Amino acid sequence: MTTSSKNQRKIYKSSWDGTLSRDEFQVAATSFAERWNKFNSALPQFSWVARPNPPYLPPTSQAEGYLAVENVIMSRTDEESCGGGDYEEGKEVTSCSDEDGFVDIATLAQNHDHASHHYDFHVVYSTSYRVPVLYFRAYHSDGQVLILDDVEKSIPVNSAKLLMESKWTFITQEDHPYLNRPWYTLHPCGTSEWMKLLFNNELGVAEGGVVVAKYLVSWFSVVGQVFGLKIPFGMLVSFGEL
Amino acid sequence: MESKAAATTATEAQKYVWEGAIPLQIHLHHSEVTTLPPPPPALILAPRLGYLPLLVPQIKPFFSSTLPPGVDTVWFEYKGLPLKWYIPTGVLYDLLCAEPERPWNLTVHFRGYPGNILTPCEGEDSIKWSFINSLKEAAYIINGNCKSVMNMSQSDQSELWQSVLNGNLETYLWVSSKLKLGLGGDDFSIKLNSSSLKSRQSANEADASGPIKAGRIPVRLYVRSTNEDFDDVEDVPLVDSWDKVSYINRPVEIHDNGKAFTLGDAVKSLLPELFPNKSLPSDNMCLPEGEDGERSALEDTSNTGSARSPEETGETLREHLESCSLSDTAEVKLIRIQGIEPKPEIPFAWVVNNLMNPEHYIHISVHVRVQEPITE
Repeated sequence: MTTSSKNQRKIYKSSWDGTLSRDEFQVAATSFAERWNKFNSALPQFSWVARPNPPYLPPTSQAEGYLAVENVIMSRTDEESCGGGDYEEGKEVTSCSDEDGFVDIATLAQNHDHASHHYDFHVVYSTSYRVPVLYFRAYHSDGQVLILDDVEKSIPVNSAKLLMESKWTFITQEDHPYLNRPWYTLHPCGTSEWMKLLFNNELGVAEGGVVVAKYLVSWFSVVGQVFGLKIPFGMLVSFGEL
Repeated sequence: MESKAAATTATEAQKYVWEGAIPLQIHLHHSEVTTLPPPPPALILAPRLGYLPLLVPQIKPFFSSTLPPGVDTVWFEYKGLPLKWYIPTGVLYDLLCAEPERPWNLTVHFRGYPGNILTPCEGEDSIKWSFINSLKEAAYIINGNCKSVMNMSQSDQSELWQSVLNGNLETYLWVSSKLKLGLGGDDFSIKLNSSSLKSRQSANEADASGPIKAGRIPVRLYVRSTNEDFDDVEDVPLVDSWDKVSYINRPVEIHDNGKAFTLGDAVKSLLPELFPNKSLPSDNMCLPEGEDGERSALEDTSNTGSARSPEETGETLREHLESCSLSDTAEVKLIRIQGIEPKPEIPFAWVVNNLMNPEHYIHISVHVRVQEPITE
């Protein structure tokens, strides 16, 4: 599906507002999944899920869908630092995650099996906001669903603090756009703003354009922090090799 | 752009929409009846633009003496289908009652919230925030950011919400005009203060096919599909699971190509798969009677909305006859907005300006007939 020419598709910075078209989302999603699966080979893999076809449509293309990674096992760590999420720390984590294949808190909770939580993450494109939106649900090892309070307890301290301060704009419970069931979601109304800043300030835009394929990697480097999930440094630099 | 007077003066259709109400007959679920004889159902008039949980303070007194002990977690059900509380009552009715049922018989539960199907609702606060979130989303669609909603003063926000709660259209128009979400491009709405309706209407016929402003319009589309053909809406099967409703939350994009943009074009742009080379049904759609107090709204809106010259009508009709072929696998049978079934040829800008809900979304219910594939 993804060709190298598609991967190199650029959005030009001067007029860029931090958003993506649906097609660009799919390009970015495919590219993200390839890299994630390469650099986090021991973690559950991301895959593209085609929208279940509504009955009035003939079975058609895979044009519409979402990116999913399921059954990510997490346990709460008491280290304050894990919520910090600056890039330096990300590097450190990466260097050791090459060994064990896990990012810091997403370790198999062998010692605290009862405390481990399972997360499903779906990255869905919002046509309203023209950005990716993270939907997730969480459950205990026995399959019982986590309520928002449990989620707050299971995510890094800094994220939890943010959650308390802004209950309604941060995590809300909404129907999953394709599955018609309540899922948790991070509200996307600020996403295009901070994506624009991220591309302008931190990643640098060498050739005057934003590489679409890089979008979701940058995006996930921010939203993943809420759950203490880090992007391995190798993934960030992998774009230079292409 | 739009003068303040225009932005804050209600159109006649808007007034009908805001006054629209559905008579409900609410039964307590039998599992929660602890007394004999069981309590009689509660009869309540529910505003179309309202949300079911907002009725709880009115409903509770009817049933409080018979409820089993426990904490209230109220939810509503229609023939086995738990109702999503964040969908406006009028939209639920349009979607789920193909044949308008009066009164609408709903079941209320005060216990056993189906958390796997419905998002939690903590009373008015949840609904208010769901409303504000939708308004934010609409603002983002229209303006590319939600600053006008985010920067609203607390008192404006509260006044806006109160106006929705109380069905106060004048206050609503005044407060919401500050949000700068005017879509413009509608030269054919008849203002209430126009002295002569008839002459305005004929003058407006020319405008109805004129160009409208390009932009993105917030739309929530609900699609129901059935396998069987139906001539009569009475025969439409019940919805017993939300999986049978496709929900499409996607803005309609209007490009400024100088052409008239109709409701049919809007639906087509959201369901392109249904319209490979055919257009919408129009004259085979029957008008419902509308619920009490809405009959005249229905007639008025369908008249003013479809203001077109007779020549145009003839042409569109011929096109339909040529292009609607029974061999197609799917066909749009019904388009319903605010309890009326506007013709697909109606200018979309008219629909937007007159039939939108207060969170700036147009909620469109569509019934689609799907033919079983003969071979697979």
